[in-house]
Amino acid sequence: MPAKPRIRLPDSARVGEVIEIKTLVAHAMETGIRKNADGSSIPRLLLHSFEAKFGGREVFKASLHTGTTANPFISFFMKVSGPGEFEFVWIEDGGARITERQTLRIA
Amino acid sequence: MSWRGPGPPHAPPAQYRHCLRCCQDGARIFARIVCGIGLILSLAFTSPRFGTAGAQERDDRIERALETYRSMMKADPWSNPGMLDVDRGEALWRTPGGPKNVSLEGCDFGLGPGKVDGAFAGLPRYFADADRVMDVETRALWCMEKLQGFERTKLITRPHPGAGTPVKDLGAIATYVASRSNGRAFAAPLSHPRERETLALGESLFFRRSGPMDFACSTCHADSGKRIRLQPLPFFAKPDEARKIVGQWPAYRVSTSHVMTMQHRIYDCLWQMRLPEIELGSEASVALISYLVKQAEGGEISIPGMKR
Amino acid sequence: MWIKRGIAVALTVCIGAVGTANAQQNRAADEHEVDTIMKAAFPHAGAEWVSRLKGDQTMQTCSDYKDAPTAEFTRAIGARERELIQYPADGKLMGDWKRGEQLAQSGYGLRFTDSPVRETGGNCYACHQLTRQEVSYGTVGPSLLEYGKIRRFSAADTKAVYEKIYNSQATVPCSLMPRFGSNGVLTIEQIKDIVALLMSPDSPVNQR
Repeated sequence: MPAKPRIRLPDSARVGEVIEIKTLVAHAMETGIRKNADGSSIPRLLLHSFEAKFGGREVFKASLHTGTTANPFISFFMKVSGPGEFEFVWIEDGGARITERQTLRIA
Repeated sequence: MSWRGPGPPHAPPAQYRHCLRCCQDGARIFARIVCGIGLILSLAFTSPRFGTAGAQERDDRIERALETYRSMMKADPWSNPGMLDVDRGEALWRTPGGPKNVSLEGCDFGLGPGKVDGAFAGLPRYFADADRVMDVETRALWCMEKLQGFERTKLITRPHPGAGTPVKDLGAIATYVASRSNGRAFAAPLSHPRERETLALGESLFFRRSGPMDFACSTCHADSGKRIRLQPLPFFAKPDEARKIVGQWPAYRVSTSHVMTMQHRIYDCLWQMRLPEIELGSEASVALISYLVKQAEGGEISIPGMKR
Repeated sequence: MWIKRGIAVALTVCIGAVGTANAQQNRAADEHEVDTIMKAAFPHAGAEWVSRLKGDQTMQTCSDYKDAPTAEFTRAIGARERELIQYPADGKLMGDWKRGEQLAQSGYGLRFTDSPVRETGGNCYACHQLTRQEVSYGTVGPSLLEYGKIRRFSAADTKAVYEKIYNSQATVPCSLMPRFGSNGVLTIEQIKDIVALLMSPDSPVNQR
């Protein structure tokens, strides 16, 4: 069974505080450049996008390419505007999505 | 990468700012690798003295640069993708599985059925029910077989992952169990007569030279400050160094994008030594692990580690 | 008094002999057990692979003494291993340093995933510094930078380094360095190429 993505939020945050959100997802991030032993190419299969929404509003977005390592760790910063729920989506070539949600507790 | 958020974009911490220039997506791990290599190369090639007299100085500078690269990788333990395998191992531990559809929560790692906190710190040890000394992977294998009904031969056939593929279920479970001893020191007593035998065997195997290259473990691992190419070699016969290193395994290996367990590490060493494929859970493998753990006695456990 | 001394000496010699015999026997008993356990750890290995699990007489001694043999064993190993050195038929000890550099860079061969068809390398850079250009070098062995230059490209040193690569045990008993020639890792032609890498004035090893 594949592991769920890991999300790290602070235990609680104050309004106005800048917090760091850390994410880690399991994915081979196959670039399409590698070759099998017989010389044939291993097809590309990447997570090409990462989107983070807070309270329904997009707060961070990243386009990932062949330079991103397997099992990508992505972190970003956000100024806390109030309580709410994060939604994180990773989108794979071909459209498959990995979604995780987590609530931010306000002190 | 576009920033859309309330308020102005905030710069990442100082040590990463120079890395963002290098990569579009700012992914830290790739940035660290690029910076690490850049650091090493710039130090190596800007050294004013290239003569043999400056060789030691250059070696030291290369070594320091490599250490900086490694500590950048370790600085944020949360960035270690091995944690995903710890999670997976925990899920496998709790979820009923195998032909008997039973979870592993009844598995005894030496502190009683289901008790994992601190168990790894006491391994390898003798288990009366198996009448064998076992390390964490061998014991997990035992439980998967006896409790869940998995076929042992299937679990030990090609048990280790190839490059780019994640650690297999047995390894993930072992990584989870091992991580539940994080922060503790290695304290396996290795005092039971069978444990003492295993330890003596492990020491003699460590120094046993054979094969077309006349290699023993000691060929590479019995001196301080040496390295193969650019990879430093821990001096396992010296407790000081063993204590720093052994507690990091299982470790996430950046070069192969997966967690490597200790049994896999030894299997891989033997591959490089031009010896054949050692069987997972064999007496010889447990003996070697026992020797390493004994040398590392008192050393801190911090799993998963992060390696090249 | 002389009788007492004589008995004392005789007793010491006897106890010493019995002690040594016991020690040897213990080692033999342990050795047999270790051999059995080792074989059991590789149940699918074919005969050639199983033969790699036990070192020859020299390696057994080195293992027993953790590579610090007694003076007596040092002499015995040196003499035994020197007998195993084979020299090129045409008497020329130097080959092509460009091929030597390729061999020094390559760690391929003799592993259970390696193809016997592809050339085995010497993997010298794993343990040694050789050319100035290559920064990715190991330090298990001493630096070989300017090896030939330091030795003024002498014929004697060319022969010595050939012998060292062919069978390092002949020159340094229980040396960590593999016996590339006598163990069949490298051919004589390959060793000549590596000798050229070290001893040829044109080789990058000897350039400033």
